[in-house]
Amino acid sequence: MEEILEKLAYCVEFGKINLASPYPPDMRGQDGADELTKKALEMGVPPTEVLNKGLVIGMGKVGVKFRENKVFVPQVLMSAKAMSFGMAHLKPFFNDGSVVRKGKIIIGTVEGDLHDIGKNLVAMMVEGSGWEVIDLGTDVNAGKFVAAVQANPGAVVCLSALLTTTMVNMEKIGKAVKEAVPGTIVAIGGAPVNQDFSNKIGMDVYAPDPQGLIDYLGNLN
Amino acid sequence: MGKITDRLKEGKILVSDGAWGTFLHAKGLKPGQCPELWNIEHAEEVYDIAKSYIEAGADMVETNSFGGSSFKLVHYGLAQRASELNEAAAVISRKAAGDKFVLGSVGPTGKILMMGEVTPEEIYESFKEQVIALEKGGVDAIIIETMTDLDEARLAVRAAKENTTREVICTMTFEKTVDGEFRSMMGVSPTEMMTELLPEGVDIIGANCGNGIEGMIQIVKEIRSCNSVIPVLVHANAGMPVYNDGATLFPETPEQTAGFVQAIIDAGVNIIGGCCGTTPDHIRQIGRVVREL
Repeated sequence: MEEILEKLAYCVEFGKINLASPYPPDMRGQDGADELTKKALEMGVPPTEVLNKGLVIGMGKVGVKFRENKVFVPQVLMSAKAMSFGMAHLKPFFNDGSVVRKGKIIIGTVEGDLHDIGKNLVAMMVEGSGWEVIDLGTDVNAGKFVAAVQANPGAVVCLSALLTTTMVNMEKIGKAVKEAVPGTIVAIGGAPVNQDFSNKIGMDVYAPDPQGLIDYLGNLN
Repeated sequence: MGKITDRLKEGKILVSDGAWGTFLHAKGLKPGQCPELWNIEHAEEVYDIAKSYIEAGADMVETNSFGGSSFKLVHYGLAQRASELNEAAAVISRKAAGDKFVLGSVGPTGKILMMGEVTPEEIYESFKEQVIALEKGGVDAIIIETMTDLDEARLAVRAAKENTTREVICTMTFEKTVDGEFRSMMGVSPTEMMTELLPEGVDIIGANCGNGIEGMIQIVKEIRSCNSVIPVLVHANAGMPVYNDGATLFPETPEQTAGFVQAIIDAGVNIIGGCCGTTPDHIRQIGRVVREL
């Protein structure tokens, strides 16, 4: 049981999606996250363990390597894809409540900003750390964030922006969310954003990379 | 008017223009509005930006078409107008430039090829449509900029080389890693850019955006260590943005930028301009140092 979970974590770490996937080249012809997740469940490994001792471990290693610039966006995307193939097998267990995730985040790129690469990376990696992710997409206004928080009490709100002209909308949205649902935690991130900006607009957390957010979320529980 | 590369062969350092995006916002473009639509609806403002860089002493000016690929315009429901908007962009800068060069700006599509969400053929066709319209509008060169992915950059270069007669410039955006090396978001080093893009026939290569002109010096050195001949262009941001009283400012002053011009020329650059946050004053100061050489 330990062995298959280790293999599964390895597949996520190195982006081995399934048997057919040619990437990475040195794992050609081997099972990927897809087959191994299925096999682990068939062997009777509890789905919670498949998630937390397999998929999440692999994605966590990617997050750390990404923060240390040991890997870049392409490797993270392959890992996230491998992860998503594993997650597909776990979906029934999420739906029937037999696997409980660590919590929920609501994520979106702020009003006026159409960039989604960074936001998607964070969404995939947070999901890969065992959280449920509600992705509102790009160009999301305060009203949509507020409605999502009201529908998902306790969820952490994560705001993304790439442009210096749109990062200013984080203040408006963050404040609207906190006013509508007091106590809501708001995190911000994106290329032009930094800790100083986060302090000035009164947000709870700034993360310079996805792993920074994951570490913060991990300390909430 | 001849070619940019011919002018460079005379041994001259040329000055390019500064920011467009931040300039448009300063003129009233709202976040969420399509910058390229201004080529039709606020053509006089776009002209004013181009003209202000020419008046500041730039030898070349870009077009307002960075997001002019159909893949970007579709977000505004304007994909069908890609040719019209790009041609208009070129016409405006052409009119402002007089006998100076016009560079037709081509930015990334925002799509990631390796995720399979679009095909290479679709990306190529989108760039092809854009560069043909830019040439029709009168640009002297195509500048493919802010690239982070080699495959996308290669497709853009091919689209420009195969469908226009213009010179092709390609610049990528690099950030400093924790190890002190420069890599693009997709992990591409300046050396890899050189290895992969020079065989495509790029006429001028370089870097844009980033964290300020100081970091560009190391990038130019790395590019020069790969090739001592090809012309190198740098468009640097005016530093990293800082937030103050509800607005973001780029902190590098024209004088600070000018202070690095000699060092970046020593590193081997041939064309110097600005990116986000730089103004006609930055260009004027860069030009002052270049002329004093």
